[in-house]
Amino acid sequence: MTIDIQQFVQTFLEESFEGLDTMEAQLLELNGDNPASIDTIFRAAHSIKGGAGTFGFSAVSDFTHGVETLLDQMRSGTRSTTPELTALLLEAVDCIRSMLSATDSGQTPDARKVADTAARIESWLDDSPARSRHPEPSATTAPRASQGWRIRFEPHADIMMTGNDPLRILSALSELGDMACQCDLGRLPPIETMDPEQCHLSWDIVVHGDIPRTAIESVFEWVEGECDLTIDEITAGEEAPGPATDEDTRSSPPPADKTENQDSATQVRQRDQSSSIRVNTRKIDALIDMVGELVITQSMLGELSERLQNGDPGCMEQLLDGITQLERNTRELQENVMGIRMLPISFAFNRIPRMVHDLSGRLGKSLQLQLTGEQTELDKTVLEKISDPLVHLVRNAADHGIEMPEQRAAAGKPETGTIQLNAFHQGGNIIIEIADDGAGLNRERIRERALHRGLISEEQVLSDEQLDDLIFAPGFSTAEAVSDVSGRGVGMDVVRQNINSLGGAVEISSEPGAGSRVTIRLPLTLSILDGQLIEVGQEKFVIPLVSIIESIQVTPGHLRSVADSRLLYRLRDQYIPVLFPDQLLLGDARRDRDLDHALLVVVEAEGQQAGLVVDDLLGQQQVVIKALETNFRRVDGIAGATILGDGTVALILDASGLMHLASRRTPDAPLLKRRDNAAA
Amino acid sequence: MKTILAVDDSNSLRQMVVFTLKQAGYDVVEAADGNEALSRAQSQNTDLVLTDVNMPGKDGITLVRDLRALPGYRFTPILVLTTEAGPEKKQEGKEAGATGWLVKPFSPEQLLSTVQRVLGEPSA
Repeated sequence: MTIDIQQFVQTFLEESFEGLDTMEAQLLELNGDNPASIDTIFRAAHSIKGGAGTFGFSAVSDFTHGVETLLDQMRSGTRSTTPELTALLLEAVDCIRSMLSATDSGQTPDARKVADTAARIESWLDDSPARSRHPEPSATTAPRASQGWRIRFEPHADIMMTGNDPLRILSALSELGDMACQCDLGRLPPIETMDPEQCHLSWDIVVHGDIPRTAIESVFEWVEGECDLTIDEITAGEEAPGPATDEDTRSSPPPADKTENQDSATQVRQRDQSSSIRVNTRKIDALIDMVGELVITQSMLGELSERLQNGDPGCMEQLLDGITQLERNTRELQENVMGIRMLPISFAFNRIPRMVHDLSGRLGKSLQLQLTGEQTELDKTVLEKISDPLVHLVRNAADHGIEMPEQRAAAGKPETGTIQLNAFHQGGNIIIEIADDGAGLNRERIRERALHRGLISEEQVLSDEQLDDLIFAPGFSTAEAVSDVSGRGVGMDVVRQNINSLGGAVEISSEPGAGSRVTIRLPLTLSILDGQLIEVGQEKFVIPLVSIIESIQVTPGHLRSVADSRLLYRLRDQYIPVLFPDQLLLGDARRDRDLDHALLVVVEAEGQQAGLVVDDLLGQQQVVIKALETNFRRVDGIAGATILGDGTVALILDASGLMHLASRRTPDAPLLKRRDNAAA
Repeated sequence: MKTILAVDDSNSLRQMVVFTLKQAGYDVVEAADGNEALSRAQSQNTDLVLTDVNMPGKDGITLVRDLRALPGYRFTPILVLTTEAGPEKKQEGKEAGATGWLVKPFSPEQLLSTVQRVLGEPSA
């Protein structure tokens, strides 16, 4: 298992700076040999040294080592505190700080000062009578070839009192090589007098294999002094047998089962993610600040309303100011609370590499995966829900997109197919792209299949984009054989549905022979959106601001009626379909109305535009999205509902859903009405 | 699942230890010094204790001694994490009743292999 210790570096730096501040403050107050404060200073230096060693700052660790030694001598009283020494230690604190902040900010530390200070610390240490020993890190002893080892292991009776277990030692030995052991029951007392908490057994052990002596010794490292031990080499001659000493041996890791390890680790990590969020303290502090602001604003408004009640008309303007301030506070608070829920998308990307690796084996294709933008953040809920569609899309790319190696070679492409996964922010959205350099979509086959499934009619003329988009249609699958990789019932239509339900959109672009690219566009958060309030008939609706291109007044004469009794509107140099939300959703027949000078909200979804006829534009505001599914049921064309300031409920229109509705259904079969009838 | 009590006053080191062990599938209880560790240990038995030596309040050596006095910790493996590679610190730890030691700085891999040597696989 590899663990990236970089993620702890920030914490290490923070606590080291704190430690340095403590050292500085205590050193400045140091007068005489005050053991308590020297101890605090020592401990800070000690922690910095330990952490620096662990997190890879060996220069800091080496430098601090000298400081620590000096402090250790001061602490134990073998060196007295003098003003010169204190001054040197303060300089050392500056040096460590500059070395650490160099890492933090990318500046270079003052190397000359560091070297100079280090040399002076060294010279102080050199004239020390009681220079404390700190052995150099043990050099790895050169492994010595041997046939094996014969070991006599006689634990002392109380070996288990320190938590050691002879059995553990035996099993550690067995991991080094072939082991045979004989238990010596000679010391076992009669059962009546036996103390079960003591060890009465001894062992004669033979371990075969080319094992360095240090490896054997390290197994017994912790019980030296708690057992009688003889270790003899089996082949005669090379090394004289002697008692085990362990001064500079370090335990060598037993060969653990790596794969199994990693698997369980991944699982554990995934479980942890769903249960909690780790939040930077700075984010929390910012929240607390903002709540403070909010409280101030509230008390100000409270005061103003009282004055207003007492008939003071002059405070109207202040009241409006206050409300503006409240708005600002609320928005900031909202943004920051959202920020807390943001997690890097790497959490969703994590399972992909392993999957691609497995797929590569199962499909007999050579695949490589490129991940970019793993640190892009998005809402935790979105993150959780996007994971499955992502897996599906990558699986599809590997299965249907990338060709077999021979085919790729024949087409002059590298045999290894590449799948790219990329995430980035764009406006209020996060974009996730899944691209492959495979064969691209086979449009002929898509057309055939769509005809076969009755999704399109023979005479229908479709652009390449529209053809490509058909793969998202329900029940569509172009794979020649249903493979065990992709053919598991979930189609691309489910992927689109899932993404749409997250308020996002998915589209595919493809170039024959060069590959396909699926682009997923998701809102950063699910719970709040900027909306445009509109009125249609008696109803108020909200249109998400992100999908609105512009709102215009219909210019008479720009409307065209086409076959199928559909309406088109000429918007500059293109024609866009005109949709009636009320008609689509509620079945109100208001087709006789005069559309000249009516208001048209131009929306865009999935690369297409449409004009929605509305009666009035009411205003823009942020709305909190309430799911319709949980309270009612899923309705095509509706993204959710919200509660307006006056307490009424307004439905949030889903632009892409409306367009699909309009293209799929004849205008006379509105959705809600039809379903209601069916239900009745 | 096996539970490990990790004691260290350094936040970053403790984080590293806790993260590494949790990722390997162990349950981890944290404490920032000897006193906190002792009260954790009194309220819950653990399968292994990893403790730093130099800590404010109660240091690691005293903690080992106090833990050994608890009925539930008489045979529990206790490892001291020490930067002192010399024999005295190790000896001091052993005399207090420690099972063994791990010399700082250590990598997550070294930590895991040592813990596995004592505890075996996380779920075993």
